[in-house]
Amino acid sequence: MSNDLRDDGRISKCFEALKAKGRAGLVTFVTAGDPNPAASLAILKGLPDAGADIIELGMPFSDPMADGPAIQASSLRALHSGGSMKTTLGLVAAFRRENAHTPIVLFGYYNPIFHYGVERFLKDAREAGADALLIVDLPPEEDRELRDPAHLAGFDFIRLVTPTTDDERIGRVLEGASGFVYYVSIAGITGTRAPDLATVRANLDRIRAKSGLPLAVGFGIREPAQAKAIAELADAVVVGSALVEEVGRHQGASAEKIASAVCDLVRALAQGIAQART
Amino acid sequence: MTQATAATRPNSYRAGPDDRGFFGSFGGRFVAETLMPNVLALEAAYAKARQDPAFIAELDYLLEHYVGRPSPLYYAERLTEHFGGAKIYLKRDELNHTGAHKINNCIGQILLAMRMGKTRIIAETGAGQHGVATATVAARFGLPCVIYMGEVDMARQKPNVFRMRLLGAEVRPVVSGSRTLKDAMNEAIRDWVSNPEDTFYIIGSVAGMHPYPMLVRDFQSVIGREARAQILSREGRLPDTLVACVGGGSNAMGLFHPFLDDPDVRIHAVEAAGDGIDTDRHAAAIARGTPGVFHGARSYLLQDSDGQVIEAHSISAGLDYPGIGPEHSWLHEVGRVDFHTATDLEALAAFQLLAKLEGILPALEPSHALHHVGRIAPTLPKDHLIIANLCGRGDKDIFAVAERLGQEIL
Repeated sequence: MSNDLRDDGRISKCFEALKAKGRAGLVTFVTAGDPNPAASLAILKGLPDAGADIIELGMPFSDPMADGPAIQASSLRALHSGGSMKTTLGLVAAFRRENAHTPIVLFGYYNPIFHYGVERFLKDAREAGADALLIVDLPPEEDRELRDPAHLAGFDFIRLVTPTTDDERIGRVLEGASGFVYYVSIAGITGTRAPDLATVRANLDRIRAKSGLPLAVGFGIREPAQAKAIAELADAVVVGSALVEEVGRHQGASAEKIASAVCDLVRALAQGIAQART
Repeated sequence: MTQATAATRPNSYRAGPDDRGFFGSFGGRFVAETLMPNVLALEAAYAKARQDPAFIAELDYLLEHYVGRPSPLYYAERLTEHFGGAKIYLKRDELNHTGAHKINNCIGQILLAMRMGKTRIIAETGAGQHGVATATVAARFGLPCVIYMGEVDMARQKPNVFRMRLLGAEVRPVVSGSRTLKDAMNEAIRDWVSNPEDTFYIIGSVAGMHPYPMLVRDFQSVIGREARAQILSREGRLPDTLVACVGGGSNAMGLFHPFLDDPDVRIHAVEAAGDGIDTDRHAAAIARGTPGVFHGARSYLLQDSDGQVIEAHSISAGLDYPGIGPEHSWLHEVGRVDFHTATDLEALAAFQLLAKLEGILPALEPSHALHHVGRIAPTLPKDHLIIANLCGRGDKDIFAVAERLGQEIL
């Protein structure tokens, strides 16, 4: 697939701007509708000012089998407060009315999309203002039925490379990727172990040898110091579990209070990243 | 259900899956990239093993001397007289070591694990039968074993929890989601994602990502191969109807598969209807589900209007699963297998009937199949041969049955 259609998309613009600034980006993961619709919108609106360069927005699913306890819990909180594909896309549209530049990557599992209908989903998600898709349980072997129409609809399709993706496989994984490549820094589920820097470095070199796409690194990054260390190596740092845990800790509080707690953490992570490469 | 037209009917119903792991549009490998290399390695190892006479010989040896195969094909004379119609045979897989058909598959998978040099075994379990069978083979081969089991299921299947611990397995309570079988499977998949190098995941049903539906089917097909040879020798002909219960569907697939290309053999699968398929408490994925992608495969699935997975319900923990194996979904769509249902109460009545008429305590799972046998047998002629799969024994269920009957055990 050619990248021409998306060359002026928000994601490539974002990475060009980061390159010009000479720093790595911060990708923040939160789950749509967690812990409730109002607080979730307040969090989204606050993220760019707090230092998020890209927002990865989780589409809640009842059985997130590649995620750890923190993200599972966030998905269930969102579903219990009435979250659905419709409300998720509504949240994207509401955010987009006030922010034209921050890219949104929709993250999740295939079943809610399959059930909603692939064509209908792509149309509605595009109209809402989403930029890219990252679907965990669609490896290259199975993603054709979503990836091809997603590319045609103008979405970037983010692929995952993991420590278990060997040299033979990596070409195949990178072939259909666009936007950026997400390197999963541990063999495991989200938010559990901390990544080993030497391994991350070696794997990023391996990917760079085969792809010119920006590299984001995630899974297991929680602290500003860790974010700084990863920012020395990667084009972007993804933080998720630490943020949704913060949401969980404040779930009973007001929307403003929850949003400010999450944004304080994002600010600290962004400062960590800003200190890298200086 | 629609019968396949001549144009769409496949040459063989036994040719699947294709090289991508699909039966028609069902199946596949919908897993995270971290697992993909593992899944591919398992597929390659199995492709090699199934061609290896040494592997087959070891499997056959253990099935005969450790599991106790072949299991008898028993003519249920009093049950037949009771219904006054078709002649009923029971395939006695409840007589296997560990008391259910689950061990057939566990033996096959642990031999694969050993060949692949894996040093740690994990499994999910609902009722505990697959957990017990896995703990059993792990003990037999000296590998450490972790069984994931929902906290809710642990409470209702205490004897099996203790049995697994006696066998040396660590039973890890699953507290996420609805704390039952589907969550135990989520947790086992998470473990496998986190330990891809050393761990072998023994899946207990013909569900999950390719190649599991194929390899579990192959290991369970010993049931149907034996039944076929046994009925030919006893009656000189093939059966007219096969009946088996389905949750994920491994015992049913094991009985059905060797007969799929015999056009005169009718095949009936029986789903758990719980309180009734028009209530919100049942486990009938074919009767009330729609195609979805769950636990690594596309198949029929109980889900809500947003594509969220709905919790299943059945008196039988072994059928208490919101999905069904992809090959069953395909056999349903092409019209080769007819799907029926039986409620909790119907299964409970069949359980008691078999105990009283034949002196056999069936598990609650095959009690669903037995209810269906009772539904069709009276309407069929006396020379109509039915084989029902008695895939497990009922000892594990006596507590659940006592509770439903309002009786105290001690």
